[in-house]
Amino acid sequence: MSSAAVSPPPPTLEARGLVRSFGGVRAVDGVSLVVHAGELLALIGPNGAGKTTCFNLIGGQLRPEAGTVRLAGEDITGLPPPRIFRAGVGRTFQITATFGSMTVRENVQMALLSAARRLFGLWRPAREAMRGEAEALLARVGMAEQANRACGVLAYGDLKRVELAVALAGAPRLLLMDEPTAGMAPAERGALMALVARLARESGIAVLFTEHDMDVVFGHADRVVVLDRGRVLAEGAPEAVRADPRVRAAYLGGMAA
Amino acid sequence: MDALILQALNGLASASSLFLVASGLTVIFGVSRIVNFAHGSLYMLGAYIGWTLVTRFAGDGSAGPLGFWGGVLLAALAVGLIGVAIEVLLLRRLYRAPELFPLLATFGVLLIVQDLALWIWGPQDLLGPRAPGLRGAAELPLLGLRFPRYELFLIVLGPVVLGLLWLLFHRTRFGVLVRAATEDREMVGALGVDQRALFTGVFFLGATLAGLAGALQLPRESVNLHMDLAVIVEAFVVVVVGGLGSLGGAFLAALLIGELHAFGILVFPRITLVLVFLVMAVVLVLRPHGLLGAAPASAAPVASLSPAAPVIRPAPALLRRLGYAALTLAFALPPFLGDYALGVLADLAIFTLFATSLHFLMGPGGMASFGHAAYFGIGAYAAALLAHHLAAPMAAGIALAPIAAGLAGLGFGWFCVRLSGVYSAMLTLAFAQIAWSVAFQWVEVTGGDNGILGVWPDAWARDQLVFTYLVLALCTGAAFLLLRAVHAPFGYALRALRDSEPRAAAIGIPAVLVRWLAFAFAAAMAGIAGALFAYGRGSVFPTLLAIPRSVDALLMVLLGGVQTVTGPIWGALAYAGLSEQLVRATDHWRLVLGLAIVVLVLFFPEGLAGAARRWWEPRMDASSART
Repeated sequence: MSSAAVSPPPPTLEARGLVRSFGGVRAVDGVSLVVHAGELLALIGPNGAGKTTCFNLIGGQLRPEAGTVRLAGEDITGLPPPRIFRAGVGRTFQITATFGSMTVRENVQMALLSAARRLFGLWRPAREAMRGEAEALLARVGMAEQANRACGVLAYGDLKRVELAVALAGAPRLLLMDEPTAGMAPAERGALMALVARLARESGIAVLFTEHDMDVVFGHADRVVVLDRGRVLAEGAPEAVRADPRVRAAYLGGMAA
Repeated sequence: MDALILQALNGLASASSLFLVASGLTVIFGVSRIVNFAHGSLYMLGAYIGWTLVTRFAGDGSAGPLGFWGGVLLAALAVGLIGVAIEVLLLRRLYRAPELFPLLATFGVLLIVQDLALWIWGPQDLLGPRAPGLRGAAELPLLGLRFPRYELFLIVLGPVVLGLLWLLFHRTRFGVLVRAATEDREMVGALGVDQRALFTGVFFLGATLAGLAGALQLPRESVNLHMDLAVIVEAFVVVVVGGLGSLGGAFLAALLIGELHAFGILVFPRITLVLVFLVMAVVLVLRPHGLLGAAPASAAPVASLSPAAPVIRPAPALLRRLGYAALTLAFALPPFLGDYALGVLADLAIFTLFATSLHFLMGPGGMASFGHAAYFGIGAYAAALLAHHLAAPMAAGIALAPIAAGLAGLGFGWFCVRLSGVYSAMLTLAFAQIAWSVAFQWVEVTGGDNGILGVWPDAWARDQLVFTYLVLALCTGAAFLLLRAVHAPFGYALRALRDSEPRAAAIGIPAVLVRWLAFAFAAAMAGIAGALFAYGRGSVFPTLLAIPRSVDALLMVLLGGVQTVTGPIWGALAYAGLSEQLVRATDHWRLVLGLAIVVLVLFFPEGLAGAARRWWEPRMDASSART
């Protein structure tokens, strides 16, 4: 805790010097990130740069070998995912993960029940619990009409929206989105990211996302961090990063094309 | 001192044969991800076939056309071919099914083989011949002790087989492919390797090792029909302690368990089995993937690989009304029934509760329990012990039963829920065997094989009609609580973990805690069923906790359909009502049960209620789309 009375509030996410290796290879090698409330930070880099590992270190799926993760000043380094969720982190996965045996609404209700610490009820039907809240969240992501459908029959883009609603159910301060638009049609991508940006601004949520589609990155991110071989290669406003020759070299011209 | 050395050598000899069995199990698992419950049957078949080959063709110990060694080797190869037949005819169709199904299928094979062996070789123990050339004892150099030559041969054989397997896996193309497939099956397939041949080859290897181990037991012990379960439980322990898929681990663990048995008999002759499981528990606490087992290479979240379970929706009004009508009928009928029919009705209610409690674990929980009878039996014994030693009233027994079973569930479940699917299923079986051995061996308290008699209801409930109503009320109430729980947040949290554990964790659901409580809850409910069963029969016996009782529960759940909420009820009614009478009437009930399991797994995986739902679900979707 800082003792200075005039110091600004701590950033929503402050990761310092994260390190994690797999079999001798440092997948993440001293990465530091800061995301502020209401800000969209894109984490980009070539395949194998360590983006997903970074996500898993912050989200608690992996434990860092070194470094700290602070959420609004609170140390959450190495906590298990359920406790990181309770600290205020929502996340979506690169491969969509929903509860296939539940309807769209029930997926969101599940997350709401967990956030409200009502997981151990044995008597009242979960189907009726927090139904209004779930429908409101689904309406926010534009999935209200599909509330009764099984997740297994949804289009991929709709699944991503359900995941977003589930991630929002814990009223997160930080949203981690691993490739939120992968597998979606270009028009859908823009719509989803515009929605995320609006939600972030409205609720003051900090958003950290990875993305391969550069249109999405430069169209929606406030700032960009470029990873290469586990290290931060460049960081800054989208335009500045785009112009950085080191970034162009790392992508071997893929971005310039 | 000499006694200790001899005991240590004995331990080494048992370790060798244990390693032969466990190595086959672990190799098969590594490649196919199938835990072969029938592996003990292959071992038993090795012993029986070996006995036949050696005694029939070699005469009374004299060297025949095959001789002892020829008979042993031929038996091993024959068992290898049986393993191939099991793989080709049955398991090959199940590689893409959820992991529970191959487990169940091999369980069915185990039952079938038991009955076939009984049919072919009869119930009596068979005594094998001694090994020519290795009779008698040898003087041990330096130690000045005499030790049986055959045991010495076994002690040497274990490391030799380990060495040969190492060479096979590191120096041959087949072995390299097996190791590659153990690490990444998909990739090996993508590289154009014929996986079918590879899998069949691995089954041949594993089954041959089991058959060899069985045949090599001939000079050591008599051949009997209990060899399969005895050895599979120990092999499970060895494989789990060593680390699934690890040969070196299996060898190390076999040594550990072999020595533990040898010395445990000196120190605690009555509780060696319990001792073995305690060691396993300690190892798993310290190293959750076994001594030399590796954690899954990637800790990154992956989407659940099991096919999506259907969405559970409230039953349609028509079906619900039918259910209530059936329930009303069950409560209205008793005054018009005779004592025998009342007894059948009470049994049906008890089995329904038993099946429903197991289904809570298997359906919403996605956890396979192959030892659910443990909790049924612990509930029954809790009530019986209370009645027998303290002359406590029935109400106390019925109240204590779920507490005792629930506490056992908390204890055993603590381990089971920390391990992944197959490890967990193996542990449930192992724990049920512990509970059984306690009931069987602790004669002073449990009466051992003679059981406990005189566990009758209180005077007010001794009338069959009153007792039947009591059973109906308690079982309906408890089953109803379980069904409510499936639809309540707790059941949803369980299902969320089953559907996608990374996602569930990321929304704050504590996996271990939820599963642990579910385990204890299901155990407690089975305990109620067990206590009522005890009062209904007036006695308890170790068979209440034995494996066939666990299989009963599994079959009821499977018959009804794992993925339906009311499945276990229909399954219990169909199974207990129709087949139990039929099956128990024949001498070959294991064969019938085993075939039933295999047929269900292969052709009817959704069960009765699942098939019924497939019929009504389209209408449901149509009507819910309108609202």
